Amino acid sequence: MRYSGFQVIKEALTGHKGWKPVWRDPEPQSHYDIIIIGGGGHGLATAYYLAKEFGEKKIAVLEKGWIGGGNVGRNTTIIRSNYLLDGNEPFYEMSLKLWEGLEQDFNYNAMVSQRGILNLIHSDAQRDAFTRRGNAMILNGADAEMLSTEQILDRYPFLNVNDARFPIKGGLAQHRGGTVRHDAVAWGYARGADMRGVDIIQNCEVTGFRLENGKCLGVETSRGFIGANKVGCAVAGSSSRLMSKADMQLPMESHVLQAFVSEGLKPVIPGVITFGAGHFYCSQSDKGGLVFGGDLDGYNSYAQRGNMPVVEDVCESGMALMPMLGRARLLRMWGGIMDMSMDGSPIIDKTHIDGLYFNGGWCYGGFKATPASGFCFAHLLSRDTPHPNATDFRFDRFSRGLMIDEKGMGNQPNLH
Amino acid sequence: MIINHPLLGPRDAAEFTYLGDASLINRPDWQSDTADQDFYEYGYLRSNPAGIHRELWFHEAGDRSWLVVTRNTVTHEISNVEMARDVARTQGRSK
Repeated sequence: MRYSGFQVIKEALTGHKGWKPVWRDPEPQSHYDIIIIGGGGHGLATAYYLAKEFGEKKIAVLEKGWIGGGNVGRNTTIIRSNYLLDGNEPFYEMSLKLWEGLEQDFNYNAMVSQRGILNLIHSDAQRDAFTRRGNAMILNGADAEMLSTEQILDRYPFLNVNDARFPIKGGLAQHRGGTVRHDAVAWGYARGADMRGVDIIQNCEVTGFRLENGKCLGVETSRGFIGANKVGCAVAGSSSRLMSKADMQLPMESHVLQAFVSEGLKPVIPGVITFGAGHFYCSQSDKGGLVFGGDLDGYNSYAQRGNMPVVEDVCESGMALMPMLGRARLLRMWGGIMDMSMDGSPIIDKTHIDGLYFNGGWCYGGFKATPASGFCFAHLLSRDTPHPNATDFRFDRFSRGLMIDEKGMGNQPNLH
Repeated sequence: MIINHPLLGPRDAAEFTYLGDASLINRPDWQSDTADQDFYEYGYLRSNPAGIHRELWFHEAGDRSWLVVTRNTVTHEISNVEMARDVARTQGRSK
């Protein structure tokens, strides 16, 4: 047994020198059945389910840096399935169910913690909207409960319910939502995929596709040409950059989203709270840091760092909601690059190029989608038909007017 | 970020709102035979480059003019700011 209480004690006494890497570092072969570009959460999950659930052999994951170094290592770790629309909710509920069984499935501690998520209500109109959303969730097999202000105060006594401008009038709770240790998700999937023979090839950047007669024959990489029957792209914020190498323009813009962690504090926030009057959400990590975030910076960016106006806006929202936040010091902040799609919903689809498949446009909802995204993309890659829960995530929904626009914002990616 | 407004001088980017790629100035011809496809591409597809990007910013908390800002999306460095009106006129789009 690689991990046990005995092993932890033994390693603690011997300077932790005995731990071994849990996945191989193979040289790329000349040809694979399926290549996944992008060794993030979605790419690794895809490879894992391809090998485990769909019986595929000869799979490689190509990663330009190190696995889990992109958005799966840069998010705020929240899982939930509180969506409204039919195209989305069954998919996200499938994802939440996969989260619930994930640790047993890949036998790795991902610290899945169903501590609950609470969306606060500040007006009558918002109560109507959230009641409708809760009903849509229940219709799709998810859990949802409307809470009164008193019920909320029982759990979160520090909330500023009597704010003059945005008093808290109640909330929509999903008790099965929560948080997950994000890095462990990447590592668990990588380990599970590697154990089933998937080659995880790091420091291998894809520089182009080899296309012939409308068919993708493989990828050009910084480590030479690698052939493949099928190529799946799952590169999040770099989607437009990668697909431009196949002369594709995507219905998306890349935007920077900032996140923040305070210094470590004693346990104070039991679940995840979202402010309904501004864009602010907060939870507390198991190490004690308050993890919070808010809006996009709002302009196209590949910089993985943002600017001060949004820092100020997020902290103002946080102070309005929970004034005690002002006593905590900000420890770290960082930015991740979101592939913001034109309707705020993702794409899992074939491209017009035979053998080239695409998974992206996750906006800032990618982390919670990781298991279902991997499962549905694996389904598409293996069987060439979309998974029943992902049939609406098509490229052509924009030309056909079948957008899945949760917030009704239109084709303005920085507002989703 | 500081945007060097052609009329007002350097202004904080927080005074502006962002629309997107400056190609949005080039609205397709609605009477064209290919109008369906043209408007789909105009409305939904973006080149979204990593590097130099020309984009539309609106000086909402200022003089409410539209600007075309040339900015590097990797470094956030702004290399050129023009009045959108002037850009549109040189393209024959506006009177």
